[in-house]
Amino acid sequence: MSTGTAQAEPRGKRGTAAAAEAASDVVCAVRDLVKTYPAVRGRRGAPALPETRATDGVCLDVRRGEIFGLLGPNGAGKSTLVRQLTGLMRPDAGAVTLLGHDLVRHPGRAARLLAYLGQESTALDELTVSLAAETTGRLRGLDARSARAARDSVLEELGLTEIAGRPLKKLSGGQRRLACLAAALVGERPFLVLDEPTTGMDPVARRAVWSAVDRRRERHGATVLLVTHNVIEAETVLDRVAVIDQGKVIACDTPSGLKAKVSGEVRLELVWRSAPPLEVPEVAALAPPAGASARRWVLRLPPEEARAAVAAVTGGPAFAALDDFTLATPSLEDVYLALGGRMKGLVKS
Amino acid sequence: MTTTAGDAVRVPAGAVCAPADLAPKARFFPALAAVYRAQLSRARVARIPLLFVATFQSVGIMILMRGVVDGGSEARAVVAGSSVLVVAFVALNLLAQYFGQLRAGGGLDHYATLPVPPASVVLGAAAAYASFTLPGTLVTAVFGCVLFGLPMGGLWILAAVVPLAGAALAGLGAALGLLAPRQELATLAGQLGMSAALLLGVLPPERMPEVIVWARDLLPSTYGVEAFARTFAADPDWAVVLLDLGVCAAVGVLSLALATWAYRRAAVR
Repeated sequence: MSTGTAQAEPRGKRGTAAAAEAASDVVCAVRDLVKTYPAVRGRRGAPALPETRATDGVCLDVRRGEIFGLLGPNGAGKSTLVRQLTGLMRPDAGAVTLLGHDLVRHPGRAARLLAYLGQESTALDELTVSLAAETTGRLRGLDARSARAARDSVLEELGLTEIAGRPLKKLSGGQRRLACLAAALVGERPFLVLDEPTTGMDPVARRAVWSAVDRRRERHGATVLLVTHNVIEAETVLDRVAVIDQGKVIACDTPSGLKAKVSGEVRLELVWRSAPPLEVPEVAALAPPAGASARRWVLRLPPEEARAAVAAVTGGPAFAALDDFTLATPSLEDVYLALGGRMKGLVKS
Repeated sequence: MTTTAGDAVRVPAGAVCAPADLAPKARFFPALAAVYRAQLSRARVARIPLLFVATFQSVGIMILMRGVVDGGSEARAVVAGSSVLVVAFVALNLLAQYFGQLRAGGGLDHYATLPVPPASVVLGAAAAYASFTLPGTLVTAVFGCVLFGLPMGGLWILAAVVPLAGAALAGLGAALGLLAPRQELATLAGQLGMSAALLLGVLPPERMPEVIVWARDLLPSTYGVEAFARTFAADPDWAVVLLDLGVCAAVGVLSLALATWAYRRAAVR
């Protein structure tokens, strides 16, 4: 792609201005949403699972024209939440209003309001890229000619024209993901729900994705709900983000607003060559309460303490045991941990 | 207006936008045609080897039966049964597998988030699988006629038997695949249905115990087999052939309706 959009650009001035202007223009409102998966009895080879509250009283407002993110580790309940917003799953309780339509009462309307990119490509795997996009366009209600035109322009836009004739299952993971996105973008919709759209993609493909999404925002005022477990992506592309942990929204703000909550601290990562030198008292004092014997320590400290810690580990006997260290301003991962997030699995790349 | 789980800020009613226009739904026939075309293209890549298997299987059965059956009504039943078996293999067995796999792999989400009538998806896939069986059925029937010395003048009836029996069996296969709680069970049900079509369709009914004959009457493919077998007669009773095809069509409508219901049920959980 030659559009050359930097990763950080979508959250530029334009996005912020649009968000401010649209402050009262809520396109998707979620109220007290609850979904509980029943307990599963253990069978041979399958352990019993207790009752799980996958969505636990979630409230959200997504405003027109913004890229709204759901950030959380795997298993946090993001996809379950999204399935309820797209009419694929009925919530046990609560309300979902999308563009003025009650989706709990009329789940069938979701398909006429939004485009959804799920995590699976099973339905399209055996089709060629071109046929997958065209068929999806036809099924989204386009007539034959507009479906073909929309297919050509989306494939061109995403740089897929060269591989248009190849079946999806013969493509690499990132290319297949891009082809699925192409299918999702054929036929304009005012609301896009993208569940981890950039999984497995190289930076060029990622840039193509974000410029395509941005173009739809600019031209048609489309709103985007993005599911991600990638904190770097969340920081660079999202206007606002809801942090999800164990089925609950534990915070919801702009990425910089969220990071301000932990701005009094910096993040110090220490990597030891083998076992940490716990015999050095300064090092022993730093040891994280859990996993002091791990090779990688992640510490969040006030700046002056961090400076002292760096001095301690880079001088004297501890330095010989030190493999690497980094000192950084906090990321959304630190926000997640500071807010009490308990699960592992956020990705930084 | 930041909302968190703890202190949800209520949006005043006026702030929520007025209902947006809904995009048009995909209409029934164009959507069916799109699904049919896509399914046929994937069948071309993935299912041709299986079609060979289905055809060879039927041809093999006829060769085996040649040693036991010696002309007459039994030979007609064997040829008709083996030909319809190709349809059963593809429409029932493979379609049950396909829908079971689609459901287990989350592929139904793709269709469920598009404004497409469920019947278009089910019928489009069923039609593609059924029409895909036509060459195999024809090869089997011609080979059978040569093997058992039957007249080939009535083979045109296959043009009616394949779509009608195909619709009935494909609807059944799709319903099995969509209703089975697990993918493996969908495959198993498809296999069992195929075995039933094999045993009850190919073996001449004259030698069966009465209970088995009732089971045979319940299987939709039986009426396709019967209609086809009757056309080998020197002077076929066309009224009965039409009646058999009518039963096939009625069962087809029912089983496709069942499959459509199963699709709705599987798509929104």
